[in-house]
Amino acid sequence: MGYALNFNLIWRHFDKLWGGLLLSLELAVISIAVGIVIGLVLAVWYVSAGRVVRATIAAYVEFIRNVPLILLVYLVFYGLPTVVDLAYSAPTSFVLTLSVYSGAYLVEVFRSGLEAVPRGQLDAGKAIGLTPWQRLLHVRLPTMLRITLPALSNTFISLFKDTSIASVISVPELTYGAQWINFNTFRIVEVYLVTTAMYLVTGYALLFALRLVERRFRAAR
Amino acid sequence: MSDATNASSALLDVRDVSKAFGAVEVLRSVSLQVKRGEVVTVIGPSGSGKTTLLRCVNFLESYDSGSIRIDGREVGYREAGTRQRRSERDLAAMRAETGMVFQSFNLFPHLTAAGNIMLGLTKVRGKSQSEARKAAEHWLGRVGLAHKADSLPAELSGGQQQRVGIARAVAMEPKILLLDEITSALDPELVGEVLAVVRSLAEDGMTMLMVTHEMAFARDASSRIVFMADGGVSAVGPPKEILAAETSNERLRTFLARFRASHF
Repeated sequence: MGYALNFNLIWRHFDKLWGGLLLSLELAVISIAVGIVIGLVLAVWYVSAGRVVRATIAAYVEFIRNVPLILLVYLVFYGLPTVVDLAYSAPTSFVLTLSVYSGAYLVEVFRSGLEAVPRGQLDAGKAIGLTPWQRLLHVRLPTMLRITLPALSNTFISLFKDTSIASVISVPELTYGAQWINFNTFRIVEVYLVTTAMYLVTGYALLFALRLVERRFRAAR
Repeated sequence: MSDATNASSALLDVRDVSKAFGAVEVLRSVSLQVKRGEVVTVIGPSGSGKTTLLRCVNFLESYDSGSIRIDGREVGYREAGTRQRRSERDLAAMRAETGMVFQSFNLFPHLTAAGNIMLGLTKVRGKSQSEARKAAEHWLGRVGLAHKADSLPAELSGGQQQRVGIARAVAMEPKILLLDEITSALDPELVGEVLAVVRSLAEDGMTMLMVTHEMAFARDASSRIVFMADGGVSAVGPPKEILAAETSNERLRTFLARFRASHF
């Protein structure tokens, strides 16, 4: 065909991609960290709460899971500031959105893990005189973590890829960087090949690291 | 020698305890006493309420009426007669005074054998890591597993796991040890090693209340045997009396006959 691959222009602007990747990772790490806190707190609350709290948490989870992330991003970035008097940057807005979004997915992961902890282990914790808080901290959470690690890894990878949605509100992460290079150089095939490779390598690296952690925990079964 | 007159000297005093799961009465006015240093065995057909009774003693199960006292203190409720549950803190403190060994071992899978024993010692008894480690090693030695201190439960056989379970319970120095069918989940060749540990604890004067299907062990190790049927205590007495084939208690006779038929 007539199209000759030429990566020179990509390398010239590679800082856009590299900086973008770092920002993607930063967005993912912060959002996942906040999401873990949301997920853990709500999951623990859920399994020990009454019907009203459960229904409320379930509603949050269902809402988030049934609305496309891109819509949530628009709502928070364009919609929210017009309703309430708030001003925040695009990256902040996205982190806020992805945190709440990842929280909903992580509630589900943690909740099912907590419910899968065998009752006998909780009985054993009671029998040696641990308080409810100690049982949660030293018996239920460690076991829950080992049960949920595989699902957790998948969720983390997913959320990392979801950071590409931040490009729609001009957060200069990896996908945005790719778009910028495309618009300015018209090397669409090259730039998206390189970008895809960067997502792929990073995703695999994350997966590899998480699998190592999993293996360490599986040994402790 | 009547139990009623000696009730004050009983370490564990269960009085008229009843409990229903919905319409099913699992415990019907059960009373039994265990004195310090005694080994009392509860036998009976499955569904007779043995395990539920045991689980009421450390309040893993609540009960509807009656009273359970350990060393004179009401276990799960604030006062005998009232149904006001103790606070979770209180309950935890009370449970620390009873040890329990489970049919399915219930070791904490993320902790080593020593770690399983140390958890209660550090978090409940407030011992330092090194004190707790020392105690854990001592008790693992007692159950013949000194060399397995750093093994995870998954790396241990069923018999070894159960011996860790026993060590975890006795390391807390409980006033009474509750043993809930602790050999039922074990392969036959592993039963002996676990019962040997229980026997040596009995010889040391540990007070025990155990539910078991090991009749020979019950006969040899118990001070008294309680026979439960349909949620109630049907017979209590010394092993020789209870396990005698010619007992006048018809239910007990049927139970023993069935048991012999299936085990010999």
